[in-house]
Amino acid sequence: MAYFLGLLFALVAFWIGMSGHFEPLLLGLGAVSLGLTMILAYRLDILDREGVPYVRLVGFAMYFPWLMKEIIKANWTVIRACLRAELDIAPTLVKLKTTCTSDLAKVTFANSITLTPGTVTIEIDGDKLLVHGLYEQDSQPEAFIEMDRRSARAIDGKGAAA
Amino acid sequence: MSDLLTNLYHFFEIVRYPAGSALCLAGAILCVIGTIGVMRFPDFYTRMHAASITDTSGATVILIGMALMAPSWIIVAKLGTIFWLLFLTSPAASHAVVNAAHTAGLQPLIGRLGKKPDDEEGAA
Repeated sequence: MAYFLGLLFALVAFWIGMSGHFEPLLLGLGAVSLGLTMILAYRLDILDREGVPYVRLVGFAMYFPWLMKEIIKANWTVIRACLRAELDIAPTLVKLKTTCTSDLAKVTFANSITLTPGTVTIEIDGDKLLVHGLYEQDSQPEAFIEMDRRSARAIDGKGAAA
Repeated sequence: MSDLLTNLYHFFEIVRYPAGSALCLAGAILCVIGTIGVMRFPDFYTRMHAASITDTSGATVILIGMALMAPSWIIVAKLGTIFWLLFLTSPAASHAVVNAAHTAGLQPLIGRLGKKPDDEEGAA
């Protein structure tokens, strides 16, 4: 039920944000599309933790500014690497182990790594990740511990991260 | 107090177009830097890193600039939706491409590349 209400609220906000009109015709069309979408979502059986991840929105809102800061720092490194006169990079492959338990938390962690310029997640298998890094010295497994801890706490909740 | 607020509002009205344009220009420059990186880096995997500058900072800075110049709040909401979509899909796309290359057996170049390894070591 909470997932149902969450999806309804998100869809209403999305419709109003996209249209910006409040005439009865457009609101009625919106109501019809919302109803159809809800019925389809119910029939497809995707009203669950992954389909409606708004329950963890608070945790993610706490995680987001830190991720932005990391992205800006990493951007600076890669911009310097792009513009340096002498090409000076040391690409490497790293294997990581994540502490995230749920699939959603793993996706968050892997996507955070990919979003940060200079590191790309190549493969996820169970709790092991294969990461390609642009700089060997910046891509040691220790460098990802904090990101792993924070994404696990943001998505799995406080008890998940040891 | 309301005087201050009105003054701030007028200041914002004056400043937002130049600031927005400057941010759009900065985002365009970031995209060009990303492209330069794509041209210069030696193999597929390292080029993906350069392309991710265009994905993240370039697009974000351009969107912030456009949000500053937006005529109404509804446009800001739409730009926020675009940002959210990019934020969620660009890592998925990068991962899909890189994973496909890895599955196809493309080996990445490993180890220090470049002619003078001892140059400017502390800067990186």
